[in-house]
Amino acid sequence: MMKRFGKFGGQFVPETLMNALIGLEREFMKAKEDESFLKEYAYYVKEYSGRPTPLYYAENLTKQLGGGKIYLKREDLNHTGAHKINNVIGQVLLARRMGKKRIIAETGAGQHGVATATICAMFGLKCEIYMGEEDVQRQSLNVFKMKLLGAKVNTVTSGTKTLKDATNEAIRDWVSNVGDTFYVIGSVVGPHPYPTMVRDFQRIIGDEVKEQIIEKEGRLPDYLIACVGGGSNAMGLFYPFAQEVDVKIYGVEAGGLGVDTEQHAATISKGSIGVIHGMMTYLLQDEYGQIMPVYSISAGLDYPGIGPEHAYYHSIGRVKYEVINDNEAIEGFQYLTKVEGIIPALESAHAIAYLMKLAPNTKKDDLIVVNLSGRGDKDIDTILNVIGSEKNEE
Amino acid sequence: MKSRITEKFNTLREKNEKALIAYITSGDPDIHTTINLVLKMEEAGVDIVELGIPYSDPLADGPVIQRAAQRSLKNGTNIDSIFHMVSKLREKTDLPLVFMLYYNSVFRYGVEKFLENCKDYGVDGLIIPDLPLEEKKELNEMMKDYAIDLIPLVAPTSEDRIKEIVSDTEGFVYCISSIGVTGMRESFEKDLSDFINKVRKYTDTPLAIGFGISNEQAIKELKELGDGLIVGSAIIKKIEEGIKEDNIEEKVFEFVNRLHEAIH
Repeated sequence: MMKRFGKFGGQFVPETLMNALIGLEREFMKAKEDESFLKEYAYYVKEYSGRPTPLYYAENLTKQLGGGKIYLKREDLNHTGAHKINNVIGQVLLARRMGKKRIIAETGAGQHGVATATICAMFGLKCEIYMGEEDVQRQSLNVFKMKLLGAKVNTVTSGTKTLKDATNEAIRDWVSNVGDTFYVIGSVVGPHPYPTMVRDFQRIIGDEVKEQIIEKEGRLPDYLIACVGGGSNAMGLFYPFAQEVDVKIYGVEAGGLGVDTEQHAATISKGSIGVIHGMMTYLLQDEYGQIMPVYSISAGLDYPGIGPEHAYYHSIGRVKYEVINDNEAIEGFQYLTKVEGIIPALESAHAIAYLMKLAPNTKKDDLIVVNLSGRGDKDIDTILNVIGSEKNEE
Repeated sequence: MKSRITEKFNTLREKNEKALIAYITSGDPDIHTTINLVLKMEEAGVDIVELGIPYSDPLADGPVIQRAAQRSLKNGTNIDSIFHMVSKLREKTDLPLVFMLYYNSVFRYGVEKFLENCKDYGVDGLIIPDLPLEEKKELNEMMKDYAIDLIPLVAPTSEDRIKEIVSDTEGFVYCISSIGVTGMRESFEKDLSDFINKVRKYTDTPLAIGFGISNEQAIKELKELGDGLIVGSAIIKKIEEGIKEDNIEEKVFEFVNRLHEAIH
């Protein structure tokens, strides 16, 4: 298995973990060839999570935006409300195969944490989640859910107290308990083989889209759009189309308060190459390589790095990475809610906001697929605060 | 040409002594104190000093060293000010100095410029805990031109990797005494001596044991196993106490002196 995507990726981790990574790669390669494993994965994503998720023709959006035909891939309809569970089912099944009894995970917005706690509850595995103190505060509903599901939530107070630090802490836990612990990484990030493994568990999104759009339209889409933090929902959608050169692909990064400020998470647009969480990729860092604090209204996108395969797609020009800032994302959030009756996660609202810019410039017979990576219940408090303060200003 | 590290171990071996290696984070709490601490520790009997380069995201470190890095970064320490510090130190001491740092610091600074500076200012070795065998080939090749030792780390989990990790190494081999991150521990791996003996089978390079060694008792317990012992977090703890009581140098001197007596 390739350890790198071009020059991106690799295994920049303490030696203590190296044999665990090598073992994980070996088990994953075997599992991928094992019919019984694939059947088990297919069973749980279907019967437990609710796949395939619909590819919904958004007629109202299409009419109002006045360009190509818009389809939404409804990952928000998965059990636990986001695409994260596709990957968690895969990794936890692998952990069971490897006889690991203890599961750890990092989480930002909490979607990956809730998905991990859910699957661990179902399989009766011990589960600990690392979450930055700031995220614990702004995503209290998800914290409560994780606890209900029987997981221990470790509040991380080191560094910037967000996803980056939760990831550091999870890696430190793994270094200390590598014998009995399986680390379920939530995005296409981390040391090899994680970026490849998570992609392979998420590619079900793009594989289904391919099948569904051919069934509905008889051909492949012209545009794909997905939001990118670490980039797992985007990679899941993009990967099966990577070789289809006529499909134009857009990844949408979080612009926060604007890329001209220091309050954003636009890793590819504003970052430089370096090493974070075991991988070489684009990241936001200062001139001495210290990782910079990042910001987005969406707790799932404020990550200072990006999956190394995205870095590669950017470097070869296969995917265009664009930026949507907080205000535009909120607009996208409200727009989709009103026009289609679907309340999107703030992460996904970034993709919708970019759609609002792109769609009017496309042709009537173009086909556009937007990945609706998650639903917005978890973000209601955030939105309430924003809209509340807007109302006050009025 | 033999490095200062190799010469030091040769001298100690002739006297049948073990090396006491001390880790402190550069710039904790400030650069000036670090200079004084290195000189004080030399006076107290330290043989080699590891200078940590503070990093925002230190994956291999426990809370004590993380805090040290935060204090240092808060005071504006960076690689350039650390190189300057080394040049000041070199006016006063020939003690072997080793940088312990994360790969992104080297990479972002520019590998060649970084190595040039190490050579010019008198840094003798590098320990990069997030640069395993798989990732270090390029740097290893480049370092040969600079006569700086790239110190390899082996862990109790390394197993069949040990042979390749320690082959063709200079300076010393950093043997991680226990699974986990840096920090003080009550006890060590039960199979520590098996592990060290396994490493010994594949190399003549001196072996230094680190992670978790926090007091004289641990030193006495472990000193027969390796050629050197590394103490880090326990010294940083003394710095923390010293910050509160405004007597950092005395605290560290007294502690390191006790460690030195325990190892001899």
